[in-house]
Amino acid sequence: MAIFINKTTKVIVQGITGKEGKFHTQQCRDYGTNIVGGVTPGKGGQDMEGIPIFNSVAEACRVTGANASMIVVPPPFAAEAILEAVDAELDLVVCITEGIPVMDMLRVKNAMAGKKTRLIGPNCPGIITPGECKIGIMPGSIHTPGGPVGVVSRSGTLTYEVVHQLTEQGLGQTTCLGIGGDPINGTNFIDCLSAFQNDPETKAVVMVGEIGGSAEEEAAVWIAANMTKPVVGFIAGLTAPPGRCMGHAGAIVSGGQGTAEAKLIAMRENGIHVCESLGKLGKLCKEVFSQQTA
Amino acid sequence: MKIHEYQAKELFRKSGIPVPEGKICKDKKDISSLLEGMKTPVAVKAQILAGGRGKGGGVILAKTIEEAQDAANKILGMQLITKQTGAEGTEVQTILFEQGVGIARELYLSILVDREEADIVIIASRDGGMDIEAVAEETPERIIKVHVNPLLGLQGYQVRELIFGLGIEPSSAKSFAGIVKKLFSVFVSYDCSLVEINPLVITTDDEVIALDAKVDIDGSSLFRHPDIVEMYDDSEEDKLEAAAASYNLNYIRLNGTIGSMVNGAGLAMATMDLIKQAGVEPANFLDVGGGANAEMVENGFKIILSDPNVRGIFINIFGGILRCDILAEGVVAAAKNIGLTLPVVVRMEGTNVEEGKRILADSGLSLTSATDLEHAATLLAAI
Repeated sequence: MAIFINKTTKVIVQGITGKEGKFHTQQCRDYGTNIVGGVTPGKGGQDMEGIPIFNSVAEACRVTGANASMIVVPPPFAAEAILEAVDAELDLVVCITEGIPVMDMLRVKNAMAGKKTRLIGPNCPGIITPGECKIGIMPGSIHTPGGPVGVVSRSGTLTYEVVHQLTEQGLGQTTCLGIGGDPINGTNFIDCLSAFQNDPETKAVVMVGEIGGSAEEEAAVWIAANMTKPVVGFIAGLTAPPGRCMGHAGAIVSGGQGTAEAKLIAMRENGIHVCESLGKLGKLCKEVFSQQTA
Repeated sequence: MKIHEYQAKELFRKSGIPVPEGKICKDKKDISSLLEGMKTPVAVKAQILAGGRGKGGGVILAKTIEEAQDAANKILGMQLITKQTGAEGTEVQTILFEQGVGIARELYLSILVDREEADIVIIASRDGGMDIEAVAEETPERIIKVHVNPLLGLQGYQVRELIFGLGIEPSSAKSFAGIVKKLFSVFVSYDCSLVEINPLVITTDDEVIALDAKVDIDGSSLFRHPDIVEMYDDSEEDKLEAAAASYNLNYIRLNGTIGSMVNGAGLAMATMDLIKQAGVEPANFLDVGGGANAEMVENGFKIILSDPNVRGIFINIFGGILRCDILAEGVVAAAKNIGLTLPVVVRMEGTNVEEGKRILADSGLSLTSATDLEHAATLLAAI
């Protein structure tokens, strides 16, 4: 099962001929992802190590039957790349690009209302269903196929850390995804939690948040009302100074809003098992999940 | 990216939003000549990027030209301390002289991005000139919020909602409507994250004027705003933060003693938290990017070591695809290049991690490998 992607997912890469695009396409293919094509306008008809390149997403879909896309194009062109993928009616678009102007994402987000396409990101590491399909820049080797844990996070390397600790504890993963560090993103925590709740293979979830916005608070309330599976939560940024943007465009405490403390309180009040210290996360999951999923 | 009040007012003026007549002064020699011929009262306003200037003594309304001269001599060059500058304050390098206006009403008007609703929100209040956060806290009913769909733009009924909600007199309603529309257009066309006019003034002659102006611009959009890039003033930035930015490193200076170097923003924040939980204080946030390399590590060392408070360094790199042996060689080379003597705890994970640890151990430098984050915390507490 898993969520959003599996071994039947057929993927194209938008921006396949760029340095990053080429490298991560190879990494995904080596992991076993079914990469069926790439898109670089003007290079249609060529190929990248046997992967056919097309001039447009629509053409790539028509020829290959792709249903998902990974976007690795530079920020000035990324919003348009998302819209092109939405127009081609792909099921899933994963946008890795960091640094898309907020105004562009506001338009994209509103233009996507009522469309069938799911957007993950932008400014995210992507999504992986271990052993089946990887659409993103995460290291495949740290993951363990077969579940029972689902992982959803706003971060990149912090997600890898969490997955690594789960693997060390012998806890496999169903699907792991980063929803991105930007203020405006496609898929949110609740979308992922809802999908994990409905996925029979996922027995427990780790949710990794950070300062800024109120997505974690909203997710915590949703969890209390809708989720029967145990959730372990972690929040990064307890020591972040207010008013400063901590690397991710969305990670900022402003006007007393979006603090780590408020998020931790919301998590505790809504029955989430809060992990206080990153070094202990794997062990806490082992403890909580072995009790509740046995 | 923040810009100064006088720069924001230039944008307003260009866009047709009325602002008071003003003059910029950067040199005490020019004070007298600039004030010559100005009508009193004259507002003398410190131009620093931090907020809270008025309460900090950086804004003086002078009734006579002599008073304005005294105020200008006092403010220009002073270390202005506000709630946002920290205890050291910020040197005032520029002041703005503005012709006073006859005020009948003071309003508040701002536009920002609502990240939860994914739209643009206009916030207005009858309580101009006050701290809007305090108004929102104490009398939320006095605040009007209008959400605008970014695809549709500002609609006429939404402007009317503001006019009737604020009780704008018919004699100034047309001017007010024009300002709201133009301000919205500034917000969108310059990729702003915030525009704020506090106060927006209705004069005794029914004119509507932006007495103050605050504009923050989305840093990710600067590639399409070369005119805004020219306005950038880095003189108020922390020198180390400016240096780090020139290396493409994401660095924020804090007050602690343990420096850290991490790949990825989320992990970098969590690493700062871990340092604090180990009983020591983080000296910085430093994200060297998802794919750290030897050059980034060397530059990171340079920045961290320029902070005299630092007593030890924690390197936390989750390589994954990155090879740890190459990273370790980079760390050793960088440490030797810059003559590193401080204790360094290195925690890395990724391909060839054992080989990486061997390289660190054989380096002859004070580099200690941590097996995991808990072990790293113990090592940090011992520094």
